[in-house]
Amino acid sequence: MSTISREEVARLAGLARIDLTESELTRLAGELDVIVEAVATVSRVATDDVPATSHPLPLHNVFRPDVVTATLPVEEALAAAPAAEDGRFAVPQILEED
Amino acid sequence: MGDLTRLSAAALAERLAAGDVSSVEVTRAHLDRIAAVDPAVHAFLHVDAEGALATAADVDARRAAGEDLHPLAGVPIAIKDVVVTRGMPTTAGSRILEGWVPPYDATLVERIRAARLPILGKTNMDEFAMGSSTEHSAFGDTHNPWDLDRIPGGSGGGSAAAVAAYEAPLAIGTDTGGSIRQPAAVTGTVGVKPTYGGVSRYGLIAMASSLDQAGPVSRTVLDAALLHALVGGHDPRDSTSLPDPLPDVVGAARRGATGDLTGVRLGVVRELGGEGYQQGVRRRFEESLEVLQAAGAEVVEVSCPHFEYALAAYYLIMPSEASSNLARFDGMRYGLRVEPADGPVTAERVMAATRGAGFGDEVKRRVILGTYALSAGYYDAYYGSAQKVRTLVQRDFAAAFEQADVLVSPTAPTTAFRLGEKLDDPMAMYLNDVATIPANLAGVPGISVPNGLDEGLPVGFQVLAPAKADDRLYRVAAALEARLEERWGGPLLAQAPELEVTR
Repeated sequence: MSTISREEVARLAGLARIDLTESELTRLAGELDVIVEAVATVSRVATDDVPATSHPLPLHNVFRPDVVTATLPVEEALAAAPAAEDGRFAVPQILEED
Repeated sequence: MGDLTRLSAAALAERLAAGDVSSVEVTRAHLDRIAAVDPAVHAFLHVDAEGALATAADVDARRAAGEDLHPLAGVPIAIKDVVVTRGMPTTAGSRILEGWVPPYDATLVERIRAARLPILGKTNMDEFAMGSSTEHSAFGDTHNPWDLDRIPGGSGGGSAAAVAAYEAPLAIGTDTGGSIRQPAAVTGTVGVKPTYGGVSRYGLIAMASSLDQAGPVSRTVLDAALLHALVGGHDPRDSTSLPDPLPDVVGAARRGATGDLTGVRLGVVRELGGEGYQQGVRRRFEESLEVLQAAGAEVVEVSCPHFEYALAAYYLIMPSEASSNLARFDGMRYGLRVEPADGPVTAERVMAATRGAGFGDEVKRRVILGTYALSAGYYDAYYGSAQKVRTLVQRDFAAAFEQADVLVSPTAPTTAFRLGEKLDDPMAMYLNDVATIPANLAGVPGISVPNGLDEGLPVGFQVLAPAKADDRLYRVAAALEARLEERWGGPLLAQAPELEVTR
């Protein structure tokens, strides 16, 4: 049974902000279906009594002293930007309406 | 003096310290070798001859002035292109970062520069470290020096091929599910994934933050230890960096090289062998066990029943974390920006067009898989279950390490396959990492050391140790290396066919 349809891939690609071509959508739907079926085996052993682990080793939150430290100079931070203006990143229009 | 590129890093360090050779000579020899063989191997995405020679000349001047230098000062190194290097292009094998020159160094690069190792360049890799063959690089395949028609493993195929082809004595790799160890296995080289948090991740372009770990790539176990000791240890800029001091990995490698493993208990993991493993790989593994027993080690069988689910858990956790980490590639602050072909040019549409054009197939596949696993309605069934499997895998390791000091298995189920052979079958590609993934899920360290050939292609032997006991890897691997090299009459790589040299 197919779990990931072409439409579902299109919806996910929208969420992930990736433009896909028609042929990519078709191919990914087939591939992801196989992969999802294989990885779904995790539910077989993941019973309620097993706690989840998010990290390999037990860790405590780490803080540093709240003091100002050196940062990148503005020109270096902007040097690789596709567009910059007045010491800031220049980005396309954020909202659809004008 | 012979060919300087054939010497180990430790041997080069000795000659440099003794004044028998200069770093400029050593560095030039490696740059010449790169010029001669890299057109065929394609291990490098970027070569920095000028920068490497400048560092080398500086080391030579300092040595002449009697300055106290790091033991590896003047020994050249290559760095996987997923590690940021100030002033040197860093692409992570992706079009989306083509031409990007980072404004800062990763911590491990800072340490390499402070110790004055000439950086030869950046090595090829699967895009964002996603793959097991380096075929997912946006900038072309790397070829296995043992057979140019075959894969060098992945994702760090460039680093492994560079040391195997004598283009560098040392390299840096990163290992999220096997990307240091599997390439080492298929190229007849040594690769180590340290304990999670043992080497700083600051300045690594992240794929899956809870799994990623940088480590050494080399031709000998001792060289890996020397590099591990240089780049490892606490870094306040990585909040997951271990505060503990690094174990004495160099001492352990030297101790292991005596070939005595009396009293060491080796646990053979029942689930990491047998069916699905190439016959020649299994045979070499059995032979290595006999060699280790002759060295005094005790062999016990251990069972890790949940390792069967590790691959599935990994292919949920890794894409989930990757889909989140790769959100930073939005075409706004660095890298590629593509405007949509038609319609309004809004930020959202620019992001989608940029990512559609800038990401390759495997990256798209994993980001969308991760987005699916994390999306409403599926989160508990997929990501939540995978995290529970992670607990079960860790419990398996804990139980196994009660019975054994280290665990052992083949590193990869097969030897190097042909380029293109598994490119259209993602699941077949993913199975290459079946023996290496459990260590990443549990954060434990692992090494791959060459243990023979099957039909002329290298096979790797994996050793896994409990977290923070990385020294055990080096002791056992060095003992195996010493005993096997005695049998072979030299390193395994000496049996590799000579590469044709381009002049």
